Amino acid sequence: MPMTFFIDTTRCTACRGCQVACKEWHGFQANTTRQSGTHQNPPDLNAFNYKLVRFAEYKENGRVVWYFFPDQCRHCEEPPCKEAADKYVEGAILRDSSTGAVIFTEKTRQLSPAQMKDVISDCPYNIPRIDTGRGILVKCDMCIDRVRHNMLPMCVKTCCSGAMNFGERAEMLKLANQKLSELKKECPNAQLQDPEDVNAIYLLTDDPEKYYQSVNG
Amino acid sequence: MTNHWLDIKNADGVFIMGSNAAENHPIAFKWVLKAKDAGGTIIHVDPKFSRTSARSDIHVPLRSGTDIPFLGGLVKYILDKELYQREYVLEYTNAAFIVGEGYDFKDGLFSGYNAEKKAYDQKKWAFALDEKGVPKRDRTLKNPRCVLQLLKKHYDRYTLDKVSDITGVSKDDLLKVYQVYGATGAPDKSATVLYALGWTQHTVGVQNIRLSAIIQLLLGNIGVAGGGINALRGEPNVQGSTDHAILWHILPGYLPVPRADWPTLEDYQKANTPKTSDPKSVNWWGNRPKYMVSLLKGWMGDAATKENGFGYGWLPKVDPGVDYASIFLFDRMYKGQVRGGFIYAHNPAQSMPHSHKVRKALDQLDWLAVGEIHHNETSDFWRRPGVNPKDIKTEVFLMPSCQRGEKDGTVSNSGRWQMWHHKGVEPMGQSKPMGWMVVEIFKRVRDLYKKDMGVFPDPILNMVWPEAYDADIQAKKINGCYTRDITIKDKEYKKGDQVVSFPFLQDDGSTSSLNWVYCGSYGPSGNLSKRRDLKQTPMQAKVGLFPNFSWAWPVNRRVLYNRASVDLNGKPYSPNKAVIAWEDGKWVGDVPDGPAPPMAAPEGKYPFIMQSEGHGALYGPGRVDGPFPEHYEPAETPVTSHPFSKQLNNPCMKMPVSDLDILAKPGDPRFPIVLTTYGLTEHWCGGGDTRNTPALLEAEPQLYVEISHELAKEKGIKNGDPVVVESLRGKVEAIAMVTVRLTPFKVQGKTVHLAGMPFCFGWTTPGVGDATNRLMSSVADPNVTIPEYKACLVNIHKAEKVTELSL
Repeated sequence: MPMTFFIDTTRCTACRGCQVACKEWHGFQANTTRQSGTHQNPPDLNAFNYKLVRFAEYKENGRVVWYFFPDQCRHCEEPPCKEAADKYVEGAILRDSSTGAVIFTEKTRQLSPAQMKDVISDCPYNIPRIDTGRGILVKCDMCIDRVRHNMLPMCVKTCCSGAMNFGERAEMLKLANQKLSELKKECPNAQLQDPEDVNAIYLLTDDPEKYYQSVNG
Repeated sequence: MTNHWLDIKNADGVFIMGSNAAENHPIAFKWVLKAKDAGGTIIHVDPKFSRTSARSDIHVPLRSGTDIPFLGGLVKYILDKELYQREYVLEYTNAAFIVGEGYDFKDGLFSGYNAEKKAYDQKKWAFALDEKGVPKRDRTLKNPRCVLQLLKKHYDRYTLDKVSDITGVSKDDLLKVYQVYGATGAPDKSATVLYALGWTQHTVGVQNIRLSAIIQLLLGNIGVAGGGINALRGEPNVQGSTDHAILWHILPGYLPVPRADWPTLEDYQKANTPKTSDPKSVNWWGNRPKYMVSLLKGWMGDAATKENGFGYGWLPKVDPGVDYASIFLFDRMYKGQVRGGFIYAHNPAQSMPHSHKVRKALDQLDWLAVGEIHHNETSDFWRRPGVNPKDIKTEVFLMPSCQRGEKDGTVSNSGRWQMWHHKGVEPMGQSKPMGWMVVEIFKRVRDLYKKDMGVFPDPILNMVWPEAYDADIQAKKINGCYTRDITIKDKEYKKGDQVVSFPFLQDDGSTSSLNWVYCGSYGPSGNLSKRRDLKQTPMQAKVGLFPNFSWAWPVNRRVLYNRASVDLNGKPYSPNKAVIAWEDGKWVGDVPDGPAPPMAAPEGKYPFIMQSEGHGALYGPGRVDGPFPEHYEPAETPVTSHPFSKQLNNPCMKMPVSDLDILAKPGDPRFPIVLTTYGLTEHWCGGGDTRNTPALLEAEPQLYVEISHELAKEKGIKNGDPVVVESLRGKVEAIAMVTVRLTPFKVQGKTVHLAGMPFCFGWTTPGVGDATNRLMSSVADPNVTIPEYKACLVNIHKAEKVTELSL
């Protein structure tokens, strides 16, 4: 039975505990960042940030809306990144049979820069990043080291609002659908993002594109 | 808090004003979300749309410094529509009390004002008393001099038009909030008020909170589940440190600091022990002498005897009428009147208002000892930008402190729960707990006194002092013990036995307690702050009450004034979320405010036991700037008049007098923009700790100023541009964050822009920017001298040259 994240963005307060805890668990260095007119920092996922809270704001009919999106790998049921990588290097990307975690291995080092770009561009959610220092492809690993020891992924463990949930796929799907039907009453646009295809299911109040906003525009 | 964090989930309405709860209390905010899950409405009234607003049902932007008009309009709405809880108001508040002839209010000033002293004669505001000395009452509430009628008259001026005109809030938005909040006046409904520094840090800070208390009393929302006035404290342990008297005007347990005009213990007790002639009033502060004597015994031990006033004479005394609060301390320092001192875990060169003055004040010191984890703007003031270290005479000692995870101790959360935290790891290097520093320094000072016998050795040599710092032993002494074998109410206690709770403390020297409110936390059964037991009764479970988890002051009571949650016969107003109930001749649920039977019984008591009259204070003659909150503009305001009176600013507000203490004039065209300041999730307070935590600095790396698109357009500023924010007192570089989350206000027909800045950045972290507080003034509230960090006047322009920020 694959394991699944259920990410309820309507409970997220963008405290970024998940973003920081992810870094800390993986022992990653901090990037040197700059304030560029947004709270979203670092500006994008990178080799040292597998998890990033995205901020997007709008004024609609005189009302301010501010969306928070704790972005991460979706651990797809049929991961396109794996399909792409398999063409070049067998075992560069694996899908763990017990957890369903999609894992980038050391063998991604054997991918050429062009092949890495292929893998990245095949991801519908723009998640993989190149760690230029180590010469490998990287992304969220579902904290598989923790999950295999019956511990929650770090981002879920640290979440204090109930936005981040983790469990067996059936259980999370049930929770997601239940939350969706409650939310639909007040937000007709509410939706789950691709629940059939992914194991990081987002509950959104609006179209998925609206959760991504480039800085200065 | 009158209530506690978990209790927020019981609220039908969560009213967040003067607080950015989601950002500054991110973990506790889950209880707000739980209230929302249960169908409660979350209202956020705040100048900017924040992460709190994003999770609220309603966000209403309000011009900073106009909380009193907003709330005054709500009082009028409640009274006009008679939404108040009538029985509660009549029986439990001072609504029916008759106010004496001395009280008057004209054009923004209460009676008794002395313009020269900028102070009132508060005696003018006293209640009319009957022959026994008890306030006269009119239970019909019709007497024009009764509190309810005076309240009505006072806020009748706060019409929707006027409130909207000065706050910049649309009438629709006002009504939307008033309607939802006003509906919680139904006896079985409750609303909680969550506030923080957004209310306190104004020249009317205390009155902002007073007014919220008035509203909560009118709606019957105090003492009940999901109600109360809830000051959000947090990681800095503001609750615990206030309880233990980190402020100058009190001793531990809210005992007033001794004054020069109370030379003896007898004088002190006489001045500070209120009396009542009303047998139904508990008048808890009537017990103050017991707490003071027990404190003196805790400090001076066997040397404290009845004959020597338990050593009261050894305590330092303040001069009456002199303000020793931090802005005045730094004013005296600036004027060369302070030679040296200790600063622990505090970064005034960055976090105090008017940082330029504070930094220049530090230059005047001969010596300074700083206890800190990291170097910060205070420890390193002598090498700040623009200063040559050779020109600074101060000798600075830096004492490395360990981090909280490296030491044992207690933290008291906002809900008054004293919770033990265990040391997680050993301190790094030679760092030590600050308690250790204080213990060791005192021992060395005492040795010097022993050797040389200074001018006044008694208080030093008689002080009971530990040989080594131990948090657990200290916690035990805070609770207190019997100082000799004694029999109280037929029960024998042995010398050294821990006192079970503060009703057992005595004024004859037979007990010691370093803080009476914590007496009960470490009784004979041990250190209760370590308890983590989730056992509860089904009744307690309904309202999220966990009496066996940690320990709450006072006497493990979780909801203060809970006797106001029941009717005169002890029946809960809201049976589904009862806090206490009188069943079969006893109270069940929470620990009630005293064991007396319900109020209807002959021996019943009033619920507001800390007030000498026993009633919730709609009318509050104890505040120095008026018995009713009245709107006054911030000391720096974009307007030149307001619709409620000709009195533009708080007539009692405080400000030091020096060449640097200057204010822009009202409506100053040079500084047309209102600036407000705040903290943010990623940095803790002044940022001294978190700027040195790389993953947090990565997330919030540099100082910014949030401005609206409209203001940005006016000033030709683009998102991400470096800009200069300027007030009469200083200039600060910041990155412009142009956002829809700030909206220009329409005030008196004109557009008023508001900008917002965090205060957590400082020059010791390279390239992040320097103190926002260089812009602020040291003007303060007259009751507690809290500075007005939340509103001043500035201007903004694009930066031509940038020196403080790495680009």
